[in-house]
Amino acid sequence: MDSGSVVEPERYEEQHVHQVYEQIASHFSSTRYKPWPIVKSFLQSLPPGAVGLDVGCGNGKYLPVNRDVFIVGSDRSTNLVKIASQHQPHAAVVADTLALPHQAGRFDFAISIAVVHHLSTPERRREAIREILECLNEGGRALIYAWALEQKDSRRGWDEGHEQDVMVPWVMKTGKKNPNEDGSTEKTFQRYYHLYRSGELEADIVAAGGKVVESGYEKDNWWAIGQRDPGNKP
Amino acid sequence: MKVLTLNFLTCAVKACKSTSAAFPLHPKDCELVSDTLEANPKLLFNILPRIDWNALIITASELGFPTLPPTPPTPEQLENDPKMMQELHTLLLETQISEGSLVCANCSHEYRVKEGIANFLLPNHLV
Ligand SMILES: [Zn+2]
Repeated sequence: MDSGSVVEPERYEEQHVHQVYEQIASHFSSTRYKPWPIVKSFLQSLPPGAVGLDVGCGNGKYLPVNRDVFIVGSDRSTNLVKIASQHQPHAAVVADTLALPHQAGRFDFAISIAVVHHLSTPERRREAIREILECLNEGGRALIYAWALEQKDSRRGWDEGHEQDVMVPWVMKTGKKNPNEDGSTEKTFQRYYHLYRSGELEADIVAAGGKVVESGYEKDNWWAIGQRDPGNKP
Repeated sequence: MKVLTLNFLTCAVKACKSTSAAFPLHPKDCELVSDTLEANPKLLFNILPRIDWNALIITASELGFPTLPPTPPTPEQLENDPKMMQELHTLLLETQISEGSLVCANCSHEYRVKEGIANFLLPNHLV
């Protein structure tokens, strides 16, 4: 969102992120079943009994990857949390990424996949990362994913130099039984995204008081593994 | 919501998070249901050291369960005591809070649990 906007970021995100997900929850969920390889191997590498978070867990598609650890997922969308909470032995609660209901220093790991790019100011994106890192214990690791600006071979075709704050349509078929008033059978929702450019995710982790232990690019997304860094006092 | 989950939750209010009074949250007017879930000894053995046992003692007693021992059983004790293992599995993973509230003893805010889903979104004045 542009900085001259008079709408508060909370209200902007409520309208252009949270309400959209709540409405498209079951359709979105039916399209989200294949875990990304890096996330899968991160979760599979954890020792049995490890306890962690899935911040912005959506329908919980990463929860079935490892059943020997315990994950508390959280999401703003009650409809998605209802779906996520069916993945045993894990748990899911409704919560805001910027006000997580977890103690600092308690968790062995965290993942936050395709979440921070929905926050509409740099401060809020860093605050979200800080909130996640704070939950980690010493040595705990957080894997964070965000949509990349550099994805010229994707369907969207964005690349370096493009505007980073974009609205992305989600087209949901309403079905012939529930057509729109004009008779059409599709409904389009617009979701807000901040597209991360190369190096930006790592910089946000450092700005949030963390350090980056590993980072890379996977299928149109930047990812980074961050840890708390007691020596980093921003 | 599982009893185990409650051991990893606290009040979402910033000023509460660092206080010991906010943890654990206290169940109020809670309805419990029991799910049947296959026990996973690998998870149960290894998660014990990760549990805040003193908080679990409080939670279990507030939910009306028999008093837990003052310290967690060792993996060896559990392995040799299938009954204790089943009881812990039932308490931690099978027992669910289906309806009720979770109360923060620091700020008194009550988080609702509906149809097994706890909601930690804060009203505007607490953000
Ligand atoms: Zn509180």
